Amino acid sequence: MSLEQFKNRNVGTQNYVKLDLDHSPTTGWCQFKQVVKRTFKPELFVGLGVTFREMVNALFRGKMHTTQYPFEKLPISPRYRAIHDMLRLLESGNYRCIGCGLCEKICISDCISMETKYDENQRKEVSEYTINFGRCIFCGYCAEVCPELAIVHGGRYENASEQRASFSLFEDMLTPIDQLNLQQEYAGFGAISPNADENVKSTPLAY
Amino acid sequence: MVSTIFLTATALPEVIWIGVIIKAVLILAVIAAIAGFGTYIERKILAFMQRRLGPQHVGPFGLLQLAADGIKLFTKEDIIPQHANKFIFSIAPVITAATAFIALAAVPVFPDFTIPFTDILVPSIASDINVGILFVLGMMAAGLYGPLLAGMSQGNKWGIIGSARTAIQFLSYEVVTGLSVLAPIMMVGSLSFVDFNDYQTDGLWLVVYQPIAFVLFLIAGFAETNRTPFDLLEHEAEIISGYVTEYSGMRWGLFFIGEYANMITIGVIASIVFLGGYNDFLFIPGWIMIIGKIAFSFFFMLWVRAAWPHVRPDQLMWLCWKVLMPLAVINVLITGLVIMI
Repeated sequence: MSLEQFKNRNVGTQNYVKLDLDHSPTTGWCQFKQVVKRTFKPELFVGLGVTFREMVNALFRGKMHTTQYPFEKLPISPRYRAIHDMLRLLESGNYRCIGCGLCEKICISDCISMETKYDENQRKEVSEYTINFGRCIFCGYCAEVCPELAIVHGGRYENASEQRASFSLFEDMLTPIDQLNLQQEYAGFGAISPNADENVKSTPLAY
Repeated sequence: MVSTIFLTATALPEVIWIGVIIKAVLILAVIAAIAGFGTYIERKILAFMQRRLGPQHVGPFGLLQLAADGIKLFTKEDIIPQHANKFIFSIAPVITAATAFIALAAVPVFPDFTIPFTDILVPSIASDINVGILFVLGMMAAGLYGPLLAGMSQGNKWGIIGSARTAIQFLSYEVVTGLSVLAPIMMVGSLSFVDFNDYQTDGLWLVVYQPIAFVLFLIAGFAETNRTPFDLLEHEAEIISGYVTEYSGMRWGLFFIGEYANMITIGVIASIVFLGGYNDFLFIPGWIMIIGKIAFSFFFMLWVRAAWPHVRPDQLMWLCWKVLMPLAVINVLITGLVIMI
């Protein structure tokens, strides 16, 4: 197909296929015919059939759509920015944070505060690290600026607790040492969802 | 109601009074329980048709949801608006519920049976009055005074619109109901439900002879019970809740007990008049047949609610007066001609 055919914007000269729509009735006889046609067209029963088919699908073919939320959860997109996670090094189990302070510096709502000191090996150690989730706007700058991928956004979005501080200490966000083998590497901003393939649907254009 | 029961008991010698009382208790207990249980069934079936799960946390499969709803309704504060007519506002829900149950007094549900090891015959009908079908339809029509008075007494604009729609609906469907059952009445030659049932004992079901009347009766029945294609009285998207806008607690619940009891009554009438009643069918005993038919008509009402949109008030009037009533009249005429020939 040549470019000229695409550039042709003159309506009527292309091969349009017109929809076979009924014209609105003009005479009384035509109106009568339309009423009779619509009366005996079993469209109401098509509607009944659709709902019954969906009931059978839901009950017997495992197409029930409900997610029973507190008991089962949908996989969350890696783009989602929820409560932060502090990751560990997989080899040694040490935490990755090197105490550089970039996250504290870049935080636009000024909610990260950290104190560092040198440990006995002259390695910099984080002694205090808190995020004030009353202020945090979950912008993701801290995760983006972190040179070690130490602070990332996790998927923990259920923030109800008796105190805001329940989430915000370094130990709360740090991967527990006994669950180090379960630690997920951060897929990065812009990564696709884990169930992206299931969610792909063909566009309903087949008129 | 009690006096009619005793009168009937003396009129029919083989039925003693205790049988009638057992029947009345049976109807009240079964229908009232089903009417409450119907809310659970409705929520479940609508949920399945929309691929949801419905209530399922209270008790096994959510079966005790009914109890939870009942406790909630009973303990909820009963609010009467300041500018409402308090007396009428208070009794309007009772009208709906009471007429629904009074209508059931003249409806046969199960066949005659004798209680084992005694001679107590429980009749098929609590009170076999000879104008049964007129009585039942009249009682159900009187039930619409509930919504009418409720809407007018509560001093609320949505309530007024709801009761205006009640009047419209009442004027529209009542003609169709009467004319559509007229043709079967002509064929049977009686107004008693027992005669309708006996007429179909040996022959075919009346729906075979009167398919148009059956369809018309179903349509009018949906309007009579305020079910979905014709739920103008309380359509949420338009008039909040219509006549129940200001109601709360058990008064609100009474309206719905009445509505569900009416749904069952319509199911019973459709089964007795058109679908062969409580006669045995091949090897299936009659009481299973009638339960099956009532259950199907109940399910059909829910099914329709899941599938069809509702109509506007003017469309309902157009449908009833310009389409259904002429059809019903033609049906009556043709039936009369056939009977004469």
